[in-house]
Amino acid sequence: MVIKEPEASDALTVEEEAHVALGVGDERPERLWKVRLKLAWTGLKRNWKLFRENKIGLLGLFIIVLFAVMALAYPVLRSVGPWQDDGIYDPVTGYEAPVNEFEIVPTEADVVDSATQMDVATAQLWCFGVLPGETCSIPLQPAPPSEGHLLGTDPLGRDIASQLFFSTRAAFLLGLIAAVVTVGVATTVGSAAAFYGGWFDNFMMRLADLVLLLPLIPILIVMSGLWTINLVLLGVLIGILSGFGGTAIVLKSQALSVKVKPFLDAARVSGGSNGHLIFKHIIPNVLPLSFLFMMFTVTEAVSLEATLSFFGLLNIDMSWGIMLNTAQSQGYLRTGLEYWWLLIPAGIAVTLLAAGFFFVGRAMDEVINPRLRSR
Amino acid sequence: MLKFIGRRLVQMVLLFFLFLTLVFFLLQAQPGDITAQFIDPTIPAEVRAQIVERLGLEGNVFQQWWSYITSFVQGDLGVSFQQYPRPVIEVIGERIPRTLFLFTFATLLAYVVGFSLGKRLAWKRGGFSEHSVTVSGVLLYTVFYPWFAILMILFFASGLGWFPINGFLTPGFWRNAPYTGNEVFAQMLLSLAIGAIILVGTLVLASRQDERRTARRVRGIGYTLAIASIAGFWLLRTEMRPYAQDIVHHSILPIVTLALVAFAGVMLLTRSSMLETLKEDYILTAQAKGVPEKDIRDKHAARNALLPVVTSFVLGLAFIIGGGVVTETVFSWPGMGSLLLTATVAEDVPVAVGALAFIGILALVAHLVVDILYAVLDPRIRIHTGN
Repeated sequence: MVIKEPEASDALTVEEEAHVALGVGDERPERLWKVRLKLAWTGLKRNWKLFRENKIGLLGLFIIVLFAVMALAYPVLRSVGPWQDDGIYDPVTGYEAPVNEFEIVPTEADVVDSATQMDVATAQLWCFGVLPGETCSIPLQPAPPSEGHLLGTDPLGRDIASQLFFSTRAAFLLGLIAAVVTVGVATTVGSAAAFYGGWFDNFMMRLADLVLLLPLIPILIVMSGLWTINLVLLGVLIGILSGFGGTAIVLKSQALSVKVKPFLDAARVSGGSNGHLIFKHIIPNVLPLSFLFMMFTVTEAVSLEATLSFFGLLNIDMSWGIMLNTAQSQGYLRTGLEYWWLLIPAGIAVTLLAAGFFFVGRAMDEVINPRLRSR
Repeated sequence: MLKFIGRRLVQMVLLFFLFLTLVFFLLQAQPGDITAQFIDPTIPAEVRAQIVERLGLEGNVFQQWWSYITSFVQGDLGVSFQQYPRPVIEVIGERIPRTLFLFTFATLLAYVVGFSLGKRLAWKRGGFSEHSVTVSGVLLYTVFYPWFAILMILFFASGLGWFPINGFLTPGFWRNAPYTGNEVFAQMLLSLAIGAIILVGTLVLASRQDERRTARRVRGIGYTLAIASIAGFWLLRTEMRPYAQDIVHHSILPIVTLALVAFAGVMLLTRSSMLETLKEDYILTAQAKGVPEKDIRDKHAARNALLPVVTSFVLGLAFIIGGGVVTETVFSWPGMGSLLLTATVAEDVPVAVGALAFIGILALVAHLVVDILYAVLDPRIRIHTGN
């Protein structure tokens, strides 16, 4: 499996040296490159075979691909597709509302009780100076799904479908940032702690204990009160916080098991520096496991962003959480399912994308961790 | 055992100081100077210096850090901006019991249900039911939580009308009440504490019995006694009872919602932990001996699969506390979580930071409890008591 790979590349290095010693092979660099690629390819094929057995993992992959298509489709739809009009379909500043014409009450004589008086007063707020018997046109927002707006419009008259597609890209971007930072931090901290041991290890692991214990949501809430947090900063924060926590602990234990392998001694004996040992030998062996945690971090990041946006704490133009926040702050969320297009699409999108990455993570877990396999 | 607890306590205190330092630097690292933000810039420089000194904001970072830590330990967390001049510690003290109540019940419910469902799931590996329950479990685990809570409110409160939509009590009902909400709630907690003490006492007693049947009988008596004591407690307080019922009625939906989300994680973990246990040789031995399937599942496999689940509690803790913050906010449950959010939104920095610190303490204490529980549960971990 993947874990064996660096040993193989070690062998290649030796082979390379042998070539140098023998003075053969001008095409050597290319051959090495080819062999490496082939090795990676066979490893990938084998892992894919294992992964494919897991139906839930495939489902997750399908969900992710679906969202990726959505994210890629958005610019196409906006530039050449049906959503070209910026004034209507921009997810943040677009506006369109079908105008509804209402006849207030037929005549003055029909205004009998206080309820109808109220109605007239309300109508006069919308259409200034309207009198009973006249018609008043009121822009309908949020508007239910129609041909122009497949998922209707939000309380500010913006297209829900456009917002949904637009936010997908932001979700992927956030997930990517958070995952890369987590893995970067966790692999470095875990490997270094395992490699150096001693007080450094102790300090890092106590810190990891602490970060593991702390719930992210309250910390991020307080942080958002003290700073202005945008999407990139949020991704970095989530990455650092989850990278220092549980991920670092697991990767450290993995790195410890690599540290005692003979090839590491061999590398050290042949004069490898500490940095060389960590970056060329320990980290490549820990990486497959950290890919697994990337998946879980994306899940976490997507739901955290949605939750914080829902509370209106982030400085982001548009996201799935903001869509729900808009519905909530305009008072449409507790009206039941009458305005379902404000409530359902955004919620389902967050849940599905988070679940998709989680499914893939679990399936990868079974690939990487042989003890979980069904056979 | 005491030595073990003592050592863990010392570690907890150290962790707590580390945490407090982290919180302090969180405050320090915010852009701008806190004195510039909150003290009128137009006042004379010497008056300003006096105010800065009175607020303990003079000196370098380390002096400030030290004064922050010492005043925190003395219980001085400053004064709330929003509810001036109430001290932060008082505001938080009022909220803590409500959060603990929500949190404890949701956790218990999640772990009991999640564990029993998870072990059944692992036992029937493969097949449609396993896949569908796993998928829905993961969906529950990754569900956009505030959204889910709102759907629960829409369905059970607005739709079916079984529960109140949100809040801690019905204001109209309490208008002429002879008690305050906190008084009644304190009595509720008291009755629960009595029940819990009786329960734990008899469970410890039961674990000391050598014979199985007596142990089971002692346990049975314990359950009845605990329930009877709580029931008796409220039978005696006829006037207070309807008010307590009102609070309980309000608390059911938030507890169930939080438990549902936390339960999925427990269930999935029990399942994978059971799957590993089922591969052990002693399970095969038990099957070969002809032990009834249910006994293998419950006594041989589930007992051993329980340990990682208890360990995971530490991980789940952060998850549940985070979920608790969201639950409290969506259900307008006046606990620490909603305090944290409202204080943050209102820029009431002392309260927000104080609430964060206390949420950290809550996590640390729960961690300690789990550690001790783990040591009691796992026969392989024995804490040496000298000899």
